[in-house]
Amino acid sequence: MSVLIYIDQSEGHIKKAALEALSYGSQLAKQTGTTAEGIVIGTVKDDLGSLGQYGITQVHQVANPQLDHLDAQVFTGILAQAVQLTGATIIIFPGNADGKTIAPRLSVRLKAALVSGAVGLPDTTNGFIVKKSVFSGKAFARVSLKTDIKIITLNPNAFPAVVSATDAKAAVVPFNATLDATKVKSLSVNKVKGDIPLSEAEIVVSGGRGLKGPENWGMVEELAKLLGGATACSRPVSDSDWRPHHEHVGQTGLAIAPNLYIAIGISGAIQHLAGVNRSKTIVVINKDPEAPFFKAADYGIVGDAFEVVPQLIEEVKKLKGVA
Amino acid sequence: MKILVCISKSPDTTAKIAFTDNNTKFAAAGVQWIINPYDEWYALVKAIEIKEKDTSAVIHLVTVGPADVEPIIRKALALGGDEAIRVNADSQDSFYVAAQIAEIARQGGYDLIFTGKETIDYNGSSVGGMIAEMLNMPFVGLANHFELNGNTSTITREIEGGEEKVEVDLPVVVSCQQGMAEARIPNMRGIMAARTKPLKVVEPAAADSLTEIVQFELPPAKEGVKLIPADNPAELIRLLHEEAKVI
Ligand SMILES: Cc1cc2nc3c(=O)[nH]c(=O)nc-3n(C[C@H](O)[C@H](O)[C@H](O)COP(=O)(O)OP(=O)(O)OC[C@H]3O[C@@H](n4cnc5c(N)ncnc54)[C@H](O)[C@@H]3O)c2cc1C
Repeated sequence: MSVLIYIDQSEGHIKKAALEALSYGSQLAKQTGTTAEGIVIGTVKDDLGSLGQYGITQVHQVANPQLDHLDAQVFTGILAQAVQLTGATIIIFPGNADGKTIAPRLSVRLKAALVSGAVGLPDTTNGFIVKKSVFSGKAFARVSLKTDIKIITLNPNAFPAVVSATDAKAAVVPFNATLDATKVKSLSVNKVKGDIPLSEAEIVVSGGRGLKGPENWGMVEELAKLLGGATACSRPVSDSDWRPHHEHVGQTGLAIAPNLYIAIGISGAIQHLAGVNRSKTIVVINKDPEAPFFKAADYGIVGDAFEVVPQLIEEVKKLKGVA
Repeated sequence: MKILVCISKSPDTTAKIAFTDNNTKFAAAGVQWIINPYDEWYALVKAIEIKEKDTSAVIHLVTVGPADVEPIIRKALALGGDEAIRVNADSQDSFYVAAQIAEIARQGGYDLIFTGKETIDYNGSSVGGMIAEMLNMPFVGLANHFELNGNTSTITREIEGGEEKVEVDLPVVVSCQQGMAEARIPNMRGIMAARTKPLKVVEPAAADSLTEIVQFELPPAKEGVKLIPADNPAELIRLLHEEAKVI
C-alpha cells in the first residue's frame, strides 16, 4: 500500500527535484494513511538517513557503482522489483530528464497509469485524480488514473521541499536487485560548471533579442550570479547561437517555474510565455511599453536594458552587502 | 536502415486555449493545427539528415489519429519521409498511443524510432519510453545530439544540470529536443512529391487506456503589472525584497 519515491542522484548527490518528490510522496502517504519510502540507485555521497526529515521511513539503496549512470531499462527492472518488495501502489518520480526517461517504461512494465507534470497532490476523495500542467503551462488538466498501481512524475518547482520532522532518520536498507544487461553505455558527463541548473533555479534572469548580441550577456550573468540564480534566453537567441540550446525556455524549449523570472529585452511572444508563465513573480524590462510581456508581468520597467540592468546590479549589491 | 518517426498534431502555438462541454474538451473550432514542433523540427529533420548521408535509409512516419490528421501527415511527408502510416483511432492516452505505434514498429522492423520529447498540448513526455518498453528496446530520452556509426549510435541527452554522452547499439528509441537538428521548411518539390507518397491507413490494435482527462482549467489571470519608473531601479529591488519576498 505504501508510496515509493525514486530518489534521483547526480554524481553522488541528492538533487532538489528529489527532495521535492520526497516531500510530495510523504504528504501523499499521510493523506492516504500509509508510509513513504525512497529508493536510490548508484553510489551516493550524501547522508541518506537524514532524508527522514522529509517524512520517509526507509531508503532502499542499490549501491552498485555500475549503476551510477542511467540505463532506463536496467533501472526499470530494479524499480519493478522494489515495487514488489515494498508492495507500493504509488510511485513518485521527479519530473526531470531521468524521471521522464524511467517513468514511462515502468508504467508499461507494471501496466500502471502514469501522469506526468503533476502540479499538486492527488484528489483521492473519489478515485485518484491528479492535476497536471498542459498546453505548455497555458492550462491544467485533471487526470484520472484508472489502475491499481499509479505513477506520478512531479513538475520541478511545483511542490516545495519541506522538512516535516527535523530529527527524523530514515533507515537505510541495502537492496539486492537482479540486474538486466546494460545497453546504454555512458561515455562522458558534461556538467555546466559552478552554475545552478535552470530547471532547479529559484531565480532566473533571461535575455532576448533586445540585448543585441552575445557580447552583452555579461550583465545578465552578473545579475543572475548576484541573485543566486540561473540564466535563460528566448528561442531566437539560442537559434542564433548567442547562448547554448539548453538555456532556451518556452513552448518548444524548457518549461520552468522559478519564484522569480526576470525577462530582459524579450517581447513576450505567446510561445515564450508558455514556458515561463508558471513563474511565481515575473519582472519585465523592455524599452517598448507595448511589449506583450507586460501583460503577463507582476513588475515592469519600461526602459533601455543597457541603462536599467547595470543600475539594478548596483542595487542588488547594496541589498546583499556586496562591495 | 529503417527509421520510424512518430508524428503528432498539436494546436498552433498561437491558438487560443479554451475549453467546452463543461471544461472537458479543448475548444478546437477555428484552431489551426500544426505538426507537433518537437516531432517536426527535431525528430523528423534528424531522420532526414540521416537519410541525406545514407541514401539507402528509409523513413516511415506514423501517426495515431482520425482522418482529419491527414493534412499534418502530408505536410510531414513534404519535409521528407518515404511513406506514412495512420492508425485510424482517437489518441486516448499515452499508453494507448504507444501500444499502437509499438504494433506498427513490430511489423516494420525498424532500426531507429524517433519521437519528439513531448507534445506541446498534453506535455506527457511518455510515448517514446513506453514504446521502447513495449518493444524491449533501449531508450534515450531528451536527446539533443545524435550520430550514427554503422550500427552504433552516439547520443547526447539532457541530465540534471548538464548533458551525458552515451553509446547505444541499434535498434534504439530516442526522444528528440532542441539542439538535435535545425528546423526546415518544405519546398515546392517536397510538397508536390508528398501528394503521391503512400499513406497507409490501418485499424487500431486492441489496447487499453490507463488514464482519462476529467476536466481542464485555466490558470487564474494576473492582477496587472506594477510599473516602476526607469530611473528608480532601487524601488524594484525593494518591492522584490519586501513585497514579493523573492530576493
Ligand atoms: C512554433 C513556434 C514555437 C516557438 N517556441 C518558442 C519558444 O519556445 N521560446 C521562445 O522564446 N520563442 C519561441 N518562438 C518564437 C517566438 O514567437 C518569438 O519570436 C520569440 O520569443 C521572440 O524572441 P525575443 O523576445 O527575444 O525577440 P523579439 O521579439 O525580437 O523581442 C525583442 C524585445 O526586446 C526589446 N528591446 C529591444 N532593445 C531593447 C533595449 N535596449 N532594452 C530593453 N528592451 C529592448 C524590444 O522592445 C522587443 O520587445 C516560437 C515560435 C514559433 C512559431
